[in-house]
Amino acid sequence: MLTTSNGETKRSGKDFATDQDVRWCPGCGDYSILKQVQSTLAETGLKNEDIVFISGIGCAARFPYYIESYGMHSIHGRAPAIATGLKISNPNLSIWVATGDGDCLSIGGNHLIHVLRRNPDLNIIMFNNEIYGLTKGQYSPTSPIGTISKSSPSGSLDTPFSPLKLCMGAEATFIARSMDRDPVHLRTTLLEANQHQGTSFVEVYQNCNVFNDGAFFQYSDKKSKADTTIILEQNQPLLFGEEKEKGIILDGFQPKVVHLGEAVGHADLWVHDAYDPVKASLITQYFDDPNNDLPKPFGIIFKKERPTYESLIIEQMNASKSAKGEEHLDALLSGENTWTVS
Amino acid sequence: MLETVTKKEATVLFAGDSGDGIQLTGTQFTDTTALYGNDLNTFPNFPAEIRAPQGTLAGVSGFQIQFGSIDVFTPGDQCDVLVVMNAAALKTNLLLLKKGGIIIANTAGFDAKNLRLSKYEFNPLEDDFLSDYKVHSLDITKLTRNTLKESGSSLGQKEADRSKNMFVLGFIFWLFNRPLNNTIAFLETKFASKEGVKEANIGLLKAGYNFGETSETFSTQIEVKPARLKTGVYRNIQGNEAIAIGLIAAAKKSGLELFYGSYPITPASSLLHELSKHKNFGIKTFQAEDEIAAICSSIGASYGGALACTGSSGPGIALKGEALGLAMMLEIPLVIVNIQRGGPSTGLPTKTEQSDLLQAMFGRNGASPIPILAAASPSDCFQTAYDACKMALEHMTPVLLLSDGYIANGMEPWQFPTADSLKEIEHKIPKGPIEGNFLPYQRDKNLVRKWAIPGLKGYQHRIGGLEKEDLTGNVSYDPDNHEKMTEIRAQKINNIAHFLPNASIDSGHPNSKLAILGWGSTYGAIKTAVRDLNAEGIPAAHIHLKNLHPFPPNLKEVLEQYELVLVPEINDGQLIVLLKNKFDVVFEPLNKVKGLPFTSTEILRHVKTLNKALLC
Ligand code: SF4
Repeated sequence: MLTTSNGETKRSGKDFATDQDVRWCPGCGDYSILKQVQSTLAETGLKNEDIVFISGIGCAARFPYYIESYGMHSIHGRAPAIATGLKISNPNLSIWVATGDGDCLSIGGNHLIHVLRRNPDLNIIMFNNEIYGLTKGQYSPTSPIGTISKSSPSGSLDTPFSPLKLCMGAEATFIARSMDRDPVHLRTTLLEANQHQGTSFVEVYQNCNVFNDGAFFQYSDKKSKADTTIILEQNQPLLFGEEKEKGIILDGFQPKVVHLGEAVGHADLWVHDAYDPVKASLITQYFDDPNNDLPKPFGIIFKKERPTYESLIIEQMNASKSAKGEEHLDALLSGENTWTVS
Repeated sequence: MLETVTKKEATVLFAGDSGDGIQLTGTQFTDTTALYGNDLNTFPNFPAEIRAPQGTLAGVSGFQIQFGSIDVFTPGDQCDVLVVMNAAALKTNLLLLKKGGIIIANTAGFDAKNLRLSKYEFNPLEDDFLSDYKVHSLDITKLTRNTLKESGSSLGQKEADRSKNMFVLGFIFWLFNRPLNNTIAFLETKFASKEGVKEANIGLLKAGYNFGETSETFSTQIEVKPARLKTGVYRNIQGNEAIAIGLIAAAKKSGLELFYGSYPITPASSLLHELSKHKNFGIKTFQAEDEIAAICSSIGASYGGALACTGSSGPGIALKGEALGLAMMLEIPLVIVNIQRGGPSTGLPTKTEQSDLLQAMFGRNGASPIPILAAASPSDCFQTAYDACKMALEHMTPVLLLSDGYIANGMEPWQFPTADSLKEIEHKIPKGPIEGNFLPYQRDKNLVRKWAIPGLKGYQHRIGGLEKEDLTGNVSYDPDNHEKMTEIRAQKINNIAHFLPNASIDSGHPNSKLAILGWGSTYGAIKTAVRDLNAEGIPAAHIHLKNLHPFPPNLKEVLEQYELVLVPEINDGQLIVLLKNKFDVVFEPLNKVKGLPFTSTEILRHVKTLNKALLC
């Protein structure tokens, strides 16, 4: 904790570090994510005791041990279900789920889609490294077809899916993407995710330098990133390239890359609006398809206001209380029909 | 001339198509019987399909009630009166009727089509096939239609036919000389907004009653005088309803919020229905996406400081296994209710069985001890649920509560307690601020850790499914620590035995050589068998186990008094495995795996086949 000249205390990421040795492989992208999460927590002003991290199984799932808050390292894939129950029981907590592509999309896929449609106020950070790390290198639901891994020596056969497209289909109310190698962008995205009332889903590209090194380097490498990525900003046109000389236009429902010049100007470009479900669907539909030669979008892709699950539960409870009156245990025990034996 | 015969107890079985309103007829008869003052016990028996094809054997729904002026512990082994709405109902239930018993048959349900569907090659009502019984054939469908026509009812044919159960009920009320007012009041509320339906149903109920009086179908009425129950105030209760009330009561007494996470499954769903009706008690019910999410959301709620419970049946409990292990490892309070049904796999969803005891005991990876309680009767479900919550909260452990389809749906009179008389429940949430470092796996003298819930300042800690270091709860792969923690977890559960009531003789002979040891829903059948054996001069004692893990501390001494302990179970022998493993006593199994409860006669007959030297 830092004390500024006027006596105010300013918290830093260190206030959210624990005494545990961090046990990821040296060079793993998880280190950066941990640091950005700790700094983000410091910025939120949340108290340590009001924060809970829930995880399942996998490298990402070690996360709770390293955050000075409450935490549960649970079982494979189940973190969203545990977090939902916890949020319902205590809506005042700030609950975060740390998960990976295998944990969240494979063994826990069912819980993910249902937590999204219910929309409890949780922040889900999904570390996508397109591989199973902890079990030592099998292909995952996000690995591209043909991935050579320990369990697919001749190349994987399964078509991968786009997590964000899945989230759109599951009625998510906050969908974003960021990257371990872009700390500033990651922090901003996490802060916005935390402010969103409802389930926020943030996909974070994370480098597993042991089993899938460099899977996302094209998006962080200085030489390529200007052409391979596009940063989405609210109400801003979709621009990319070294000199922002390229943009995206909508040709009917088909996004197309254009070079700005006399024929196309700024005014012709697609303007990002995270509140527009059609645009968000198009982004997740086209930009994540490797067959389309489009840059990878980062930022907040979709956002929607919808009552949180826990608020609806409380509303129903209060409605029942005012309709039936306060409860009386004795009345419940006796029921409506009694008789006396004398 | 109308005569009255007086009986100490009588059993009536209503049977018909699942669309015939059999369950409603049975429950209404039950309510009136209870208000009249009889002791009673019921057994609804429904088909697995909601609406199996009409008239088929698979579609028969039954409701059996035994009531008496003496104590009644079972729904009756065989019935005195069998009401059948069609041929299929007769075929599936005839064996349950006593020789000389009364059959009331709706002839409209014995037409060519019904006979074909029920695989009768002749009409059983017409030749002397049923000569061992007193058969009363009535065209109830026609009687119903005529009644409604005469009263000028506006009901269409389909709706009219659906109300014929009220005619039958009225008729049976007459047979047992029971008042109609309770059912009339019920119909008035149920159909308050449907004047036509209300009038029709009440009219039919009365018409059925009057028909009994005027038609001279019967020359005798049957009288079953009120029972001499202990003085006090009673209500009727079903097993699952009693569990729900037990959970709510425990939440209130412990000052915690109740969370119930569940996924629909027969025969546990009615727990979720019941609890979701009582939101004004501050109950949060959650219908999860699957069985795993049901228990995991409950684990989350428990971690957050709620009294959390999840309910299911065998197949669902199998799915919850890994999460049960997590709850055990986290050492957090959680009640898991298993309303057992016929297994294995999908098994017999609507039938009863006690075959998940060994699953409860051993059905998890690693050494994963969890206390197990079993409810003995519909009303006992209340106390067992309450005790399970108290145990979970006071010993910081998941607790498994076993009930089954038989008592979940069965109903009996219950002398309910007052809220004040319920035992206090303490929980382990720290009250004051933290002093020094918080050690999440530090324990009290009973090896129970604290329940430090998120939001409490200074108690931040991380827990999980990996092995814990003693005291700190940090992840530990240390070999000696693992062995130590395994022992501590087992010892903690074994310590609960010190808080259990002693095992004792429930009823029967104090100095017999034979004891009948039961658990769960066999209670009523064993108690009745022991009463009848004793009445015949055969000494036997009944011991009933509520705590299956750990066992009551004195169980060894109690069992060692007997030369033989007979263990009836609705499975292929599960408790007996646990008993033989622990005690050097002669046990003999008595098993039934038919998806049906024991009758008391089956137990009684078996006892009579035992070595005569044991029966003196
Ligand atoms: S295996 Fe990969 S993801 Fe896991 S810690 Fe090592 S580098 Fe990170």
